[in-house]
Amino acid sequence: MPKLRMNQAIALAIREEMERDPTVVTFGEDIAEAEGPFKTSEGLLERFGPLRVRDTPISETGFLGAAVGAAVTGLRPVVEIMFVEFLGVALDQVVTEAAMMHYLSGGRLNAPLTVRASCGSGLGFGCQHSQTLERWLLGTPGLKLAVASGARSAYGLTKAAIRDPDPVVVLEPRALYGRREDFEPGEDAVLPFGVGELLANGDDVTIVALGQTVGIALNAVSEANGWSADVIDLRTLMPWDRGIVERSVARTGRLVTVEENQLTGGWGGEIVSHVASRCYSDLRGPVMRITAPDVHVPYGSELEAEYLPSSPYVAKQISELISTDKVPGHWWEDTR
Amino acid sequence: MSSPVLPEETEVQLDAVSRRLALTNDVAVRFARMVEIRLLEDRVIDLFGEGLIPGTTHTCQGQEAVAVGIAGATRPDDVVVCTYRGHGMALALGVTPDALLGEILGRQIGCMGGIGGSMHLSDSSVGLLPTMAIVGAGIPIAAGSALTAQVLGSDRISVSVFGDGSTNIGGFHEGLNLAAIWRLPVIFVCENNLYGEYSRIDRTTPIEDLALRAAGYAIPSETVDGQDVDAVLSVIERAAARAREGEGPTFIEAKTYRYAGHSRSDKAAYRPAGELDSWLERDPVRLYGEKLIANGTLDEEGIERIWAEQRDALEATLERVLASPRASTADMFTRVQASGS
Ligand SMILES: Cc1ncc(C[n+]2csc(CCOP(=O)(O)OP(=O)(O)O)c2C)c(N)n1
Ligand SMILES: [Mg+2]
Repeated sequence: MPKLRMNQAIALAIREEMERDPTVVTFGEDIAEAEGPFKTSEGLLERFGPLRVRDTPISETGFLGAAVGAAVTGLRPVVEIMFVEFLGVALDQVVTEAAMMHYLSGGRLNAPLTVRASCGSGLGFGCQHSQTLERWLLGTPGLKLAVASGARSAYGLTKAAIRDPDPVVVLEPRALYGRREDFEPGEDAVLPFGVGELLANGDDVTIVALGQTVGIALNAVSEANGWSADVIDLRTLMPWDRGIVERSVARTGRLVTVEENQLTGGWGGEIVSHVASRCYSDLRGPVMRITAPDVHVPYGSELEAEYLPSSPYVAKQISELISTDKVPGHWWEDTR
Repeated sequence: MSSPVLPEETEVQLDAVSRRLALTNDVAVRFARMVEIRLLEDRVIDLFGEGLIPGTTHTCQGQEAVAVGIAGATRPDDVVVCTYRGHGMALALGVTPDALLGEILGRQIGCMGGIGGSMHLSDSSVGLLPTMAIVGAGIPIAAGSALTAQVLGSDRISVSVFGDGSTNIGGFHEGLNLAAIWRLPVIFVCENNLYGEYSRIDRTTPIEDLALRAAGYAIPSETVDGQDVDAVLSVIERAAARAREGEGPTFIEAKTYRYAGHSRSDKAAYRPAGELDSWLERDPVRLYGEKLIANGTLDEEGIERIWAEQRDALEATLERVLASPRASTADMFTRVQASGS
């Protein structure tokens, strides 16, 4: 198998699911004719035609709502939200309609809907086009939430999302679309939800990462001096794999989350609070979160690079945690 | 109104309000401003190509007359809400090229201090509310800023500028409806450039004459040739007079065209052959120059001089901006909350 870019892996996943299941349809802004603003639907219109592959107007509430309606009546829509921020104008359809469909039908209906959205910083798009926004969705019962960390996980999670009986949001870090990864597509590559993946093994600390921070954490570990770490790609936040984190912390005795989101309300809060309360006796030091500051994503490459935790910064914070048994301050605490 | 004498914009750097008033009062300045927009937008595309600008940008070559017409027919204390395709509107309203290019290049002299970027401009001295990058978001915001004028009893009006594609999003319909039932002093200006991103209007919208949409909200509408700055100016003047007299909103559809792709990465290969060329034949900058020659305001030489002056001014601006400091780490923390953080 040639190395695929993440956007190609996504297009392949959708294509294979459309081949497998005639009820899978896909729509979004400029995804058909133009094959997607990020080329995540290359070849789909040509292969499946305009009945199943559609361009939409700029009408997120309209087409997300239509996806919900189609999902409860027999289709499996895969809809694209070009930048996750645009979900804001249509959030109702995801968190209040789709996520409650099964419940409000007395368990008789379900909404097998996949919402794909690009997210994240790193490309200089400015504050309204660079957020990750997992927190808009976190804690919504009835909804599932996955975050891709590269071509392989994007492929596996997209396929699982399309097959899932519940509404799923898959976030795709935009900065990774062009990165290539070597993997074998197929049934074995489908990634079940609620199962994290151990990507590096070590003794001193458990690092939990998600999306774009998975690569950052792996780089940090490769730069580590005098310590080693387990690196876990959590892959899905709803549900999240408590077992893999608990087992790792039982060995390492330390937990660090590496998050792209701002500190307040970030997903890592959920992980550290679980570990601090349920794995207390396994811990030999304080839990630590590494995040972005509570500000808007700044414009410009240099500032954006400071905003997003870098691998040297992650390595430095962890070294300090291990050597002092204290959580060092965030970088911005002495810059401000 | 028709003085052919240009203020020495290249020598003395005018502030935004003076630039706005110069444009309101002097047709030659209007022409010069259109030239300024055209040259700056072309340069922005080059700067992206040279890797000097991160992210993305949306330029407005071909739509200069709409921006300049709006600016010429409104006051600096009126409110304008426009979009990510906002460089031309900002310059027309008076934002200086230094402040605009500074923002696009992430410099502290930028109109947002360099932390907003190409899509996020604002200058309250000339009524430009922050340009938003979410389609449709500005339309109800403009209605709300008109509500302020209504409640406070001021005769300021609001202008909402958006594209054809934006008329398919909920915010458009909700904003128009509110403006109509509350008789708000707002002008909705739809720049119908035939495309929303890579999709031609006929593939996303069941009608091509978007002024029709206003009828459903009982809002009077006018359709105008968006390549004719004087035509734009006079429809906006009429709508502004109505708004100031308490007669409520007006919807204006300006038929126009964007020469460049949707954003810097878009080569616009989806356009039918010959479409761009046929619009280039009615280039708004050239048409206005010809008109000013025909009515004796300027001669060929005057036109040439304006182009040359604007070219020199742009290069000088660029030099200043590139030599000026970038937004700093501290800048990302300072403006998050009005109460301080
Ligand atoms: C809610 C939302 N959906 C989608 C987008 C992506 N997007 C940005 S501009 C644009 C096209 C807008 O077209 P139009 O309103 O005609 O304005 P133009 O770009 O032609 O000036 C789209 C789809 C967005 N910014 N916001
Ligand atoms: Mg348009």
